[in-house]
Amino acid sequence: MRTYIVLIAAATVVIGLTLFVFIADQQPEEVVSEGEVQSLELKNGMKVVVQENRRAPVVVTQVWYRVGGSYERAGITGISHVLEHMMFKGTEEMPAGKFSEVIAEHGGRENAFTSKDYTAYFQRISNEHLELCLSLEADRMRNLLLSEDEFLKEIEVVKEERRLRTDDKPTSLTYERFYASAFANNPYRKPIIGWMEDLNSMDIDDLREWYQTWYAPNNAILVVVGDVRAEEVFSMAKEYFASLKPADIPELKPRTEARQYGIQRVAVKVPAKIPFLVMGYKVPVLNTADNSEEVYALELLAGLLDGGNSSRFSKNLVRGSQLATSVSANYNLYALHDSLFTLSAIPASGVSTEQMESAIIEQITEIQQEPPTEAELARVKAQVVASSVYEQDSSFYQAMKIGILETVGLGWATMDEYVERINAVTAEQVQHVAQKYFVEDQLTVAVLVPQPIDGQTLAGDALGAGDRHAH
Amino acid sequence: MRTNALWATALVVIATLIVPRAHATHQVNSWDTPDGARVLFVEDRTLPILDMRIVFDAAGSRDGDLPGLAMLTNGLLAEGAAGRGAQELAERFESVGAQFDNGSLRDMAYVGLRTLTDEKYLGTAVNTLAEVLTRPDFPQAAFDRELARMKVAFQARLQSPAEIAEEAFFKALYADHPYAQPPGGTRKSLEQITLQDVEAFYQQYYVARNASIAIVGAVDRAQAEQIVNTVLKGLPAGSRPEPLPPVAALDRAQTIKINFPSKQSHIYLGQPGMRRDDPDFFALYVANHPFGGGGFSSRLVGTIREDNGLAYSVSSYFSPMREKGPFMINMQTRADQTDQALSLLQAELEKYVAQGANREELERSLSNITGSYPLSLDSNSKLLGSLAMMAFYDLPVDYLDTYIANVRKVDQNAVRQVLKTRIDIDKLVTVIVGNGGS
Repeated sequence: MRTYIVLIAAATVVIGLTLFVFIADQQPEEVVSEGEVQSLELKNGMKVVVQENRRAPVVVTQVWYRVGGSYERAGITGISHVLEHMMFKGTEEMPAGKFSEVIAEHGGRENAFTSKDYTAYFQRISNEHLELCLSLEADRMRNLLLSEDEFLKEIEVVKEERRLRTDDKPTSLTYERFYASAFANNPYRKPIIGWMEDLNSMDIDDLREWYQTWYAPNNAILVVVGDVRAEEVFSMAKEYFASLKPADIPELKPRTEARQYGIQRVAVKVPAKIPFLVMGYKVPVLNTADNSEEVYALELLAGLLDGGNSSRFSKNLVRGSQLATSVSANYNLYALHDSLFTLSAIPASGVSTEQMESAIIEQITEIQQEPPTEAELARVKAQVVASSVYEQDSSFYQAMKIGILETVGLGWATMDEYVERINAVTAEQVQHVAQKYFVEDQLTVAVLVPQPIDGQTLAGDALGAGDRHAH
Repeated sequence: MRTNALWATALVVIATLIVPRAHATHQVNSWDTPDGARVLFVEDRTLPILDMRIVFDAAGSRDGDLPGLAMLTNGLLAEGAAGRGAQELAERFESVGAQFDNGSLRDMAYVGLRTLTDEKYLGTAVNTLAEVLTRPDFPQAAFDRELARMKVAFQARLQSPAEIAEEAFFKALYADHPYAQPPGGTRKSLEQITLQDVEAFYQQYYVARNASIAIVGAVDRAQAEQIVNTVLKGLPAGSRPEPLPPVAALDRAQTIKINFPSKQSHIYLGQPGMRRDDPDFFALYVANHPFGGGGFSSRLVGTIREDNGLAYSVSSYFSPMREKGPFMINMQTRADQTDQALSLLQAELEKYVAQGANREELERSLSNITGSYPLSLDSNSKLLGSLAMMAFYDLPVDYLDTYIANVRKVDQNAVRQVLKTRIDIDKLVTVIVGNGGS
């Protein structure tokens, strides 16, 4: 299904312009080759990245656009995701639904996803059909019909998606309010799927404008991983994409989060059975950090708290004090804007969210007061290194990594540094970032406060901005 | 802990030494251990890793009067073994970068391992897996804790309209059959299970003759045999459990409505479907594809979602199990359009069962299934899943090689025939959870 990915981490600020502007006609087409990954920039500014992998006669193709939830302004939230749905609704060449049909007939699987910083379309298919995928993707990059009839049906599908994924899921609703409360002006405060009211008022002209603004070769990256030859992919890519006209891609305004002046709390009271807690500290990401060492230290800290069953949270909160049924730490270092380091938990039965919060803070305080042991650090590093081997088992995952790094402006080569940078992190650096960023005034806490379910029927508007149709 | 740091450094070297490899066929090796456990093995040297899964007929269908017992037993294996606590066991796996996993639903309970194959890590990982599997201690404290966590998980199910619907659906479909019971347990059973129940369950079901093993990775046959022997040698031979009872056909149609304060109604429609070794397996699988198994190309998505915008997700499938798994159609829609969506869905099903697939859509489905087959085996982890399934359900060793030919044998007549004989349109269970159920 057309899906969107909610990255648990979010973020703030700024990388403005330079990342998003490719200057057409100034760069020669030159193949950059490093390791197994090869890349090329077409004259129209489109980037092509290929990773050869011959283990099976199949290929993953992904077309990534630098647009997503964090690009949206108030009133049109969710539009990137709605446009993602509409990308299957036809061009002159390929009527609505035909894209999926053709790929399926050729034994392919295809779909798309929207996140905060990107929108991506993918096919997994026998390698002999790579050209078919490229031709179809090139067609819909510039020639989408965006018919109003199709839109009026599809927007209802998206609303159903919102009801399914957010409105009827107490923990998802809690996350939505958590992000909305954590950030004042960082665009990660808005839900990727959009507020229901915005979906209700969205029209086809909004979609046309969004498509015209962002869908152009100089705002796109083609990633191909699989049993292919890079030179062939490059020449096919030229054949289908090079003739597409670049557009003037707007420069993003800075969205640096305004200073937070103290702890922020929000409660979500909905029909539910078990309480849930999410806490988040404002942190930089690789794109925004003054010192990238801090970012890798935060990444390692996440592993220390929640990397496997030997991690501190499992050891101390699930098994030790038994205050948590489950507890996790999340941090995403590859984002456009500043982000949140999140800590979430389902308390054990009879344990309040307040107790849970104190217990998590205690774990943080321990690291602030005492650097982690070398043994702990080594264990996290061993897992990171082994995972870097395991993840090569999935071509799709490899393509995802390339696409994310390209769309957030870091470049695919950044992934090659990851293991080395993690291995370089010291216990003192971990302690330092815990001290620097995990401070109460930068904290946001959201709690799910369960309300009775049995025999209760809520009025239509009780769960969110009205479910009525605007028109 | 100097050694750990050294390991991490050595691991980096391995990570950079991976050689690409150029073939795609899977030579499936098969043998039985001296105690009668079936092993399926594929050597794959693309990456210096090993994946292994040991499956037991020890899941929810063996719960008896205590739903949740199988899941709890499985979950306790790594919570204390060979005198080591959960922390030490986890540290042993994770300090060599190994990933232990386990799980238990209705048919299969399993433990699994993903590890690097360098001998510095492999031995620790395999030995720890052997301890967890063959020498669990079932400490009382771990039992109390994991049972408490299952009770919270039970509460979590009660706030999910999807899970409430699925549970009601299985209950209606399977009545007195073990498949009727929720693998996660009931309010009552989670109050009744004792540590002695867990120990007895383990003794009875975690035995060599009840094990099926899948292995994929960068080891040769001799190494694979040695690894299997290391992991299983502590298990008594035991015996396979009695076969499950067959699933009775439904004797009437039934509609179950459960009120729930959700914006959407969750709808399940279906009846007992097919066994994993069903003679109609391929015919039913293919027959379902154009209807609701083919994603965006299926009739259900076309009618319910694309033409009418009534749902985000709608699909149908046969879930093959040891005994007849469910045939189910699943959809969610805004509560006030429940009746409309359900009528459309029923009409589509009736029409399809009466008429079958047209030539074009069947041909498209066959192309999709056969063309996409390599995609389902393009990684070690996917291959492992297939081998484990084959080993557990006693499928022939050439199952993967003959899959496409078996699919291709299904023609329009076979589809029409199997829909008529295997779907009884007058005896469907319908479950609706949501305000539309009020």
